[in-house]
Amino acid sequence: MFDALSDRFEGIFKRLRGQGRLREEDVEAVLREIRVALLEADVNFAVVRGMLDRIREKTVGIEVAEALNPAQQIIKIVHEELVSVLGGEVIRISYASKPPTVVLLAGLQGAGKTTNAAKLARWFKQQGRNPILVGADLQRPAAVEQLRTLGRQIDVPVFSQTGDPVETAVAGLAEAKRLGRDVLIVDTAGRLAIDGALMDEVRRISEVTSPDYTFLVIDAMTGQDAVVVAETFNDTLALDGVILTKLDGDARGGAALSVKEVVGKPIAFASTGEKLTDFELFHPDRLAGRILGMGDMLTLIEKAEEVYEKQGAEEAAQRLMDGSFTLDDFLDQMQQIKKMGPLSGIVGMIPGMPKELKNAKIEDGQLDHLEAMIRSMTVAERANVDLIDGSRRARIARGSGSDPGEVAVLVKQFKEMQKMMKRIPGFSGTKKGRSAKKKGKNRGRITTAPSGPPSGPKPPFSLPGLN
Amino acid sequence: MEPLLLILIVVVIVLSVGSVALVVHRRGDSVTLESPGARGVHAPPVDAPPVDDPPVQSPPAAPAVASLRDRLGKARGTLSGFMGSVRARPRVDQETWDELEEALIRADVGIGATTTILDRLRQSVTAEGITASTELLEVLKAQLKADLAGGDRGLHHEPGGPNVWLFVGVNGVGKTTTIGKVGKQQADLGHRIVMAAGDTFRAAAAEQLEVWAERSGADLVRGAEGGDPSSIIFDAVQRAAARGSDLVLADTAGRLHTKVNLMEELRKVRRVADRDPGQVTEVLLVLDATTGQNGLVQAQQFTEAVALTGVVLTKLDGSAKGGIALAIQSTLGIPIKLVGLGETADDLVAFDPDEFIDALFAAD
Repeated sequence: MFDALSDRFEGIFKRLRGQGRLREEDVEAVLREIRVALLEADVNFAVVRGMLDRIREKTVGIEVAEALNPAQQIIKIVHEELVSVLGGEVIRISYASKPPTVVLLAGLQGAGKTTNAAKLARWFKQQGRNPILVGADLQRPAAVEQLRTLGRQIDVPVFSQTGDPVETAVAGLAEAKRLGRDVLIVDTAGRLAIDGALMDEVRRISEVTSPDYTFLVIDAMTGQDAVVVAETFNDTLALDGVILTKLDGDARGGAALSVKEVVGKPIAFASTGEKLTDFELFHPDRLAGRILGMGDMLTLIEKAEEVYEKQGAEEAAQRLMDGSFTLDDFLDQMQQIKKMGPLSGIVGMIPGMPKELKNAKIEDGQLDHLEAMIRSMTVAERANVDLIDGSRRARIARGSGSDPGEVAVLVKQFKEMQKMMKRIPGFSGTKKGRSAKKKGKNRGRITTAPSGPPSGPKPPFSLPGLN
Repeated sequence: MEPLLLILIVVVIVLSVGSVALVVHRRGDSVTLESPGARGVHAPPVDAPPVDDPPVQSPPAAPAVASLRDRLGKARGTLSGFMGSVRARPRVDQETWDELEEALIRADVGIGATTTILDRLRQSVTAEGITASTELLEVLKAQLKADLAGGDRGLHHEPGGPNVWLFVGVNGVGKTTTIGKVGKQQADLGHRIVMAAGDTFRAAAAEQLEVWAERSGADLVRGAEGGDPSSIIFDAVQRAAARGSDLVLADTAGRLHTKVNLMEELRKVRRVADRDPGQVTEVLLVLDATTGQNGLVQAQQFTEAVALTGVVLTKLDGSAKGGIALAIQSTLGIPIKLVGLGETADDLVAFDPDEFIDALFAAD
């Protein structure tokens, strides 16, 4: 539905080729596209205005020499601006010298406070801490029950009592001290920013627990109102940061950027999935890429790293490079990929994925079908697909409940992949991206992770169709 | 088949090569966490809030269904502010247009829909020779009301087997709460209700629905946590048929529309619910009023999967304007049927486009 910013630029820059310098009206045209892209990403109206002014300053006078690719330069400027607004750094959590370190979570209804309280507890546990959860959401039916269930799943104690949320928080603090837990996470009821009585209640919870960290939990899908919400909560509670949830969808998450710009508090954590492990420190540069619709390679690779057996992956990469990659390896890789969740989600994170592939309908059931075909091959066939002739093809098709044509497609594509990998010269396997196989018009380009640290300077982004 | 293969191949290459690249770059990465106590005593950053700021008591829930306009009026701040400033301008000039655009975008109508709306407004301004700002606003209101007019806003009961109303949406929009409220209202109207706790994923979702079922005297059918939602809804339809209940309210787990397998699960739920004797007569997308532009994509994906009959716009009593619902109706033709304006069952009211637009433009 939304075109990446790069697609929007394409038309403009086609006109500009051969022109020496960007004229002011060209810059305005480009800025209009940037504006639309940012607004579609739910960046707050006022924030967009400020950003555009800064981008305009940096953009006027850029050379439009063909070799330099002005579109990429401008995207780089926008990306840098986004990163700088988001605050280039990952938050550092320090612990109170007199435990427990108290963390208070607040936010609107349905932002994901309860789930993220548990995710945060798990995260602290991973840092070697002993967290305890306090359920002070006595409003929503069964909210405490939900927290208890989650607490059991991560083996973290949960304290709650009926009655008053403020008293519950006080009692929770006492319980943490009694049990010697060193991190206390308080889950509160969802409340509207304009609900004075409930805002006062959460303020009192804050007063009695003196939190070391107060996080606003906010949904990545939130629109323009995010700023109003964040300002009100910040006025009431003095926020330390934001937990951005539901980032696993396709919302661009521009609201997060607005919150950072307006309230000046960093986004501390990002929740990227339904599982309690889908929770991580927030990386501003990745969201910047996402707002621009550029994919999110680093998150993808990190995800891969979690489920991939490292040695296996390295060996597979090695075999890919020297051309000895077999269908068995392919099958292996498929298994790993399956562990990472739906393929469509993975594809969305790969920058520069050609549109034809990105929009292709992928059902994960199809993977099983593919797997069945490979499993219907003999060991020898898997090691050497050249063995597969007409009669073998028919046998494989029968064995996997597919038709011989499908088997042929599989074999053909696989061979092409092998051929292509062999053609790439000097592939050391440690740096930079590689171009990968494309179907139809050969214009997209796949670029893998930048090789520097996430916040460091980056080469201009490679985007499809701009060279 | 073929695209799948290509994608797989690309993914395999990217991932295996990428993970190697990452291992290399990781080695140079520094640790991001300070050791405990590294910053000395961590001063709690909570500023004592000013005491001279008495909390505004939220008014008690209106006993009867107050008009949408009154209810919305409370929270209209930003937008009505803009409209006020537009109104104050004697003539329609460029600034008027800019302010209108800003107001609509801030209400989450979205840049696309806003541009369309304002282009049409410009045409009528030229055609009708409008120069006064107040007149301009009236034309805009009429235009927006016309956009929202029509569409089937009723909640449907068909004779025959138990009607199934399916509630779908992304996580945290208020599906379970909405079912609770709809259940209470429908029970008061004399319907016999079975609630199906089809959210087997979120911890304690069934317990939450159970509380609501008790409040409205509805039957609750639930299954094991992590169980198959289709079978729970199947059981609920069976129970309804056996006991002569005419309405099954089916809860489903929140799911992001990007998750192919979960959307597939939802299709199955709908198919099963539609199996004799059940008949699906409403499929309602529950949408949080704070949702931004992603709401349109959500509506599109959900309606593709389960053919939505309407939208329930929740949490409209906050400061969010819910403008995305406008875009959803005008782009996809899916009508807004209900809006949520507060915590109690009475706070879920029928959507009235005229009042909604009037409230958006109310000049306090």
